[in-house]
Amino acid sequence: MRAAAIAGEALTAMGANRLRTFLTMLGMIIGVGAVILMLAIGQGAQAMVADSIASMGSNLFIVLSGSSTSGGQRMGFGSAPTLTLNDAQAMSELPEIQAVAPVTSNTAQLVYAGNNWSTQVNGTTPAYLEVRDWALAAGLPFSAADVRSGARVLLLGQTVAENLFGEEDPVGKTVRVKNSPFMVVGVLAAKGQSLDGRDQDDTVLVPVSTASRQLFGNQFPGMVRFVMVRARSAEVMARAADKLNDLLRVRHRIRDGQDDDFSVRDLTALAETAAGATRVMSMMLGAIASVSLVVGGIGIMNIMLVSVTERTREIGIRMAIGARRRDILLQFLLEAVLISLVGSLIGAAIGVGGAWAVARFAEMPVVVTLWSAILAFGVAAGVGIFFGYYPALKAADLRPIEALRFQ
Amino acid sequence: MSPVLIEAEGLGKTYRSAPGQELVALRGISFAVERSEFVAIMGPSGSGKSTLMNILGCLDVPNRGRYRLEGRDTARLSADQLALLRNRHIGFVFQGFNLLPRMDLRDNVALPLLYAGIGKGERRARAMAMLERVGLAGHAGHDPSQISGGQQQRVAIARALVTEPSLILADEPTGNLDTHTSEEIMGLLTRLNADQGITVVLVTHEPDIAHHARRLLRIVDGLIAFDGSVADYFRGVPA
Repeated sequence: MRAAAIAGEALTAMGANRLRTFLTMLGMIIGVGAVILMLAIGQGAQAMVADSIASMGSNLFIVLSGSSTSGGQRMGFGSAPTLTLNDAQAMSELPEIQAVAPVTSNTAQLVYAGNNWSTQVNGTTPAYLEVRDWALAAGLPFSAADVRSGARVLLLGQTVAENLFGEEDPVGKTVRVKNSPFMVVGVLAAKGQSLDGRDQDDTVLVPVSTASRQLFGNQFPGMVRFVMVRARSAEVMARAADKLNDLLRVRHRIRDGQDDDFSVRDLTALAETAAGATRVMSMMLGAIASVSLVVGGIGIMNIMLVSVTERTREIGIRMAIGARRRDILLQFLLEAVLISLVGSLIGAAIGVGGAWAVARFAEMPVVVTLWSAILAFGVAAGVGIFFGYYPALKAADLRPIEALRFQ
Repeated sequence: MSPVLIEAEGLGKTYRSAPGQELVALRGISFAVERSEFVAIMGPSGSGKSTLMNILGCLDVPNRGRYRLEGRDTARLSADQLALLRNRHIGFVFQGFNLLPRMDLRDNVALPLLYAGIGKGERRARAMAMLERVGLAGHAGHDPSQISGGQQQRVAIARALVTEPSLILADEPTGNLDTHTSEEIMGLLTRLNADQGITVVLVTHEPDIAHHARRLLRIVDGLIAFDGSVADYFRGVPA
């Protein structure tokens, strides 16, 4: 009852000096808006990286074949085919390894009805889907028997399916790859962009035997460009890498002191670095924005102190006509808290609106969570109480006689 | 109810103006005021009459002596209890009116009731009744800055009366007003005293104003130099 009436007094005081109230609020508006927007951007980036990592598959190695030297020019890894299907088979027998998929790839033109599309054709085994954690959106994967027989079957990535078939169901249809007819047995689920921004869905999977024998006319039969390997868990990654190295050195008869003709790369480590970097960025954005919250709080304290001094006489009058110490304390504290609460409500609205604008116009991923709004709001209320308490205490501790005499 | 409202016994007040320097404002003042009295306190500047007023109004406490209001020893009361005492039993009328700016007259008058914990509807009704009594009900929605000094003082009197106090303390209430308006304000205070039996204690410099009272206390150098009827006092003073 009495507290409600005193809240009314605080509101009246805020209304009586609107410009000052608004300017004080502005600190909170900017602070809370910035925190919510920065957290949204940071979490958007984190979510994007997390998606990319999940789409790549977890606990992944990529084993590339070695470099070749031609006329004094050294080519990159993968240019000299040193990895064979048998190497892949041997790798899959290691206890730390869950699945192995040899890949040989090249670009080819696909034609269906009036449409054509050029894409990367990967020749691989059914294990590829397990290694990459890749599900099918429609149809079935090709089988080990298809690999053995070199069947003309293929799986379409989403992008390819859309470009060739549009709304039509591709499963069971025949497409021509380099003028050979292939049957579409399935369509891969969408994976989106990879960490480096490639469209992972712009791809076609065919049996590795079909690719090397019929499509690309591999000059070294049984050779592949790279092998994707999935370890059983994150814990065995280091051991698995060592074993893969040892195994391939033995199989390729590389003597001690001689360079490897292959390269084993841990893709997970790369992803973790990216995730760590965005996490740090996200925290940094939040920290910088928090500074503006504190600055806003100090602004409230500043104005409230000025206000207490300016209204010393008013405080004296209130005390003379019966205001108790706690009535004065409550009035000024409520004023500070109301300013920061209203300011943070407006700030939250602006932060959410800003996040929407960033998503809409800058096309950056943003994630506004209820949690970040509650956090910013709670911090703002805390800031109001913390920075409002001292000026309110100063007002309440005035002695009525001195406050009344104040000119 | 005891007929005695105010009891002052040997009130002394010393201020420490600077380290080692003391300023004695009151040197031992004793008097009593019964209900329905109209007392004027006079004295030269610096005589201690303002200090005495502050003590009577429970805004300040004496260093020595005892002050009882409504039978309660103010030295034994906490700051909050003193606030309650001021709220319920004392109405202040100041020289500078001391209305709150940017707040309309009705809310100004109702403010003591807010601190008394009275609900909004009743606050407003009682404030309007008081404004009616001082003849300013028609200005209830105005801010203090929109009315004259005399009107502001009438609003201040309405505010002093709204909690139905037993004592009105007026500290030079006409100090900022012209003669005509001063007479109006004094007429109002005199009527309150005569018609409703509200005790009025008034500090003033001006003999004309003191003439409205019945009893007069003259303070000189922190001591009572005269305590008697106004008529007796002015008989002894050449006009």
